[in-house]
Amino acid sequence: MPAYVIRNVRPLGGDAVDVVLDGGVVAAVGADVEAPAGAVEIDGTGHVLLPGLVDLHTHLREPGREDAETVESGTRAAAAGGFTAVHAMANTSPVADTAGVVEQVWRLGQEAGWVDVHPVGAVTVGLGGDRLAELGAMADSKARVRVFSDDGKCVHDPVLMRRALEYVKAFDGVVAQHAQEPRLTEGAQMHEGVVSAEIGLAGWPAVAEEAIIARDVLLAEHVGSRLHVCHLSTRGSVEIVRWAKARGIDVTAEVTPHHLILTDENARGYDPTFKVNPPLRTADDVEAVREGLADGTIDIVATDHAPHPLEDKDCEWAAAAFGMTGLETALSVVQAAMVDTGRMTWADVARVLSTNPARIGRIDAAHGRPIAVGEPANLVLVDPAATRVVDGAAQQTASANTPFRGRELPGRVVATFLRGRATVLDGSPVAAA
Amino acid sequence: MKHLLSAQDLTRDEAILLLDTAAQMAATQSREIKKLPTLRGRTVVNLFFEDSTRTRISFETAAKRLSADVINFSAKGSSVSKGESLKDTALTLHAMGADAVVVRHWASGAPHQLAHAGWLDAAVLNAGDGTHQHPTQALLDAFTIRRHLAGGTGDLAGLRVAIVGDVLHSRVARSNVHLLRTLGADVTLVSPPTLLPVGVETWPCATSYDLDATLADWKPDAVMMLRVQRERMSGGAGAFFPSALEYSRRYGLDHRRLAVLPDHTIVMHPGPMNRGLEISAQAADSDRSVIVEQVANGVAVRMAALYLLLAGGSSAEGTSI
Repeated sequence: MPAYVIRNVRPLGGDAVDVVLDGGVVAAVGADVEAPAGAVEIDGTGHVLLPGLVDLHTHLREPGREDAETVESGTRAAAAGGFTAVHAMANTSPVADTAGVVEQVWRLGQEAGWVDVHPVGAVTVGLGGDRLAELGAMADSKARVRVFSDDGKCVHDPVLMRRALEYVKAFDGVVAQHAQEPRLTEGAQMHEGVVSAEIGLAGWPAVAEEAIIARDVLLAEHVGSRLHVCHLSTRGSVEIVRWAKARGIDVTAEVTPHHLILTDENARGYDPTFKVNPPLRTADDVEAVREGLADGTIDIVATDHAPHPLEDKDCEWAAAAFGMTGLETALSVVQAAMVDTGRMTWADVARVLSTNPARIGRIDAAHGRPIAVGEPANLVLVDPAATRVVDGAAQQTASANTPFRGRELPGRVVATFLRGRATVLDGSPVAAA
Repeated sequence: MKHLLSAQDLTRDEAILLLDTAAQMAATQSREIKKLPTLRGRTVVNLFFEDSTRTRISFETAAKRLSADVINFSAKGSSVSKGESLKDTALTLHAMGADAVVVRHWASGAPHQLAHAGWLDAAVLNAGDGTHQHPTQALLDAFTIRRHLAGGTGDLAGLRVAIVGDVLHSRVARSNVHLLRTLGADVTLVSPPTLLPVGVETWPCATSYDLDATLADWKPDAVMMLRVQRERMSGGAGAFFPSALEYSRRYGLDHRRLAVLPDHTIVMHPGPMNRGLEISAQAADSDRSVIVEQVANGVAVRMAALYLLLAGGSSAEGTSI
């Protein structure tokens, strides 16, 4: 593994310096540093250097739906998007609800070598919502699971949710809730509002998300646990989380890139690429989640990368699967929605896409670190001045269901480093030797 | 017009052209020989993913009266039941050389996808999609209203139409609200609050929860009753109203409410009716009822739609009608 010298680069968008990566760590940061013998020189002029991105919410689909994605293809996509760690959601087949399955996913991640894969454990057996899975066994396994989620399903039983919140305290875990009141969303297809009324698709009301979040923050307060809210999408959700934080409740929240930029108006053409759960909301909700992300109410951006094979999207809207890919567009969307609009700095981007998710996932000894001498060399080099037109077929993910197909987005991942090894160089993935 | 997907897409001029063409078509239907040679050699496929004998035979009759070859394709399977996908069905019809596809589908938006996904290049006529649109129903309703209340020509300016019942699940209501407004009529939707969609406030119409007040105070020129499906009152906690009896008492058109209407007011229903639920037998069979005539007008309107989509370049007068 060669050493790297990145010349004239702006860490967190600050003043330009040279950065040396050697022996898996940041070896030097400063002006005109001496390059180690044999080091690869990279011109970082105009580029921004960030800590490697951390995704708290990725669907890698393996085991079970290798037609949509594998750990190998999904983590290659993650590296291409600037990530050095991802949390792999539990709704696989079989469900990741035992130590055996989470260790399998963890091992596949190790073998692929693109990013660190941290499996998420299911809260309930088979995502059934009936009884707790063996959370302790998953926490104690080689995968060292700290994040537990029934994502795709809501832990809607209030007693079960209370027990889960309490139980994971024993190993500093967190329950990541997919907030969706199931009775209010039976058959739901898209955000319930003006557009759904007109185009005749069954509505997914904002209250079905907000009611669960309100309940859960109060439960978390009552039992003194931490709670993570997955992909919140409405103004009301932002306001409830803001209220909970002001009250001192230990809650963190995420928003997806697509909820920062797309709206329910995108459903008008009945293109199921735009069918996602929670659904795309209104322009007012987009404004609210941008405000919440900028002011810290929302702690992180997480992709909810949800690959699907073509046949699950090339059909009637009501028959199509929920979800869209996101790993390779997340950073560009955050740049477009938050940086280029003047709402956030690159240091803020590092906070919401690296530092905070690493902390919530309890992997902050290795990821989301400062760019300083001696720190692990998990980094991403970004050219914010570049633009590109998204082509789903040209992405690393095995699925093409990107909602940004044909859209020009700002920014380009030039290089990604995982413990000093370049997983991406010149924008292209580099397989381990 | 390449496709007929939504009544909302129609301009006033297009809507009136359709109605005027339908009037010409209707005139030919009183002749001894009803069949016209207009679409000879053209193929019309009735693609029905949902049972609807009435709508299918109406389109079939319309296409046959225009001398088109008609293929009925009942596609009960779907992507959901792991039958043939919509895409493969479309590619099949394309390969067979369909000139027009009349599609009825349980999924809102399926006709839009057929028209725009690049799977086939036939004209697509929406014969009802999910809870979205049923544009030929709105056209036949407008045609019927125009005949009775507007002298059979022009638009419907100033006429008042009350649409009563399950608006939430109704493609008939969605289609009529827009087309009637485009033609200058005023529309009031009357429904229990549970059966009005969230978001209805942006529609170009008024809404009311009170049928008696609407009939007595607003004095509609036409009252259109919507079918209420019986499964809407099952489902326990999820039921939309407490019982059939309560629905009939509050929203049913019975002889008592019939007596309140102005003399000229007509009673409409898209069928099939639930006699005794949303409409009583007296109302359905009264002199005001134009329900059977709606069915007849459906054939003329569908002839007009097929004609304009498939032979649309020339005016109706320029042909052998």
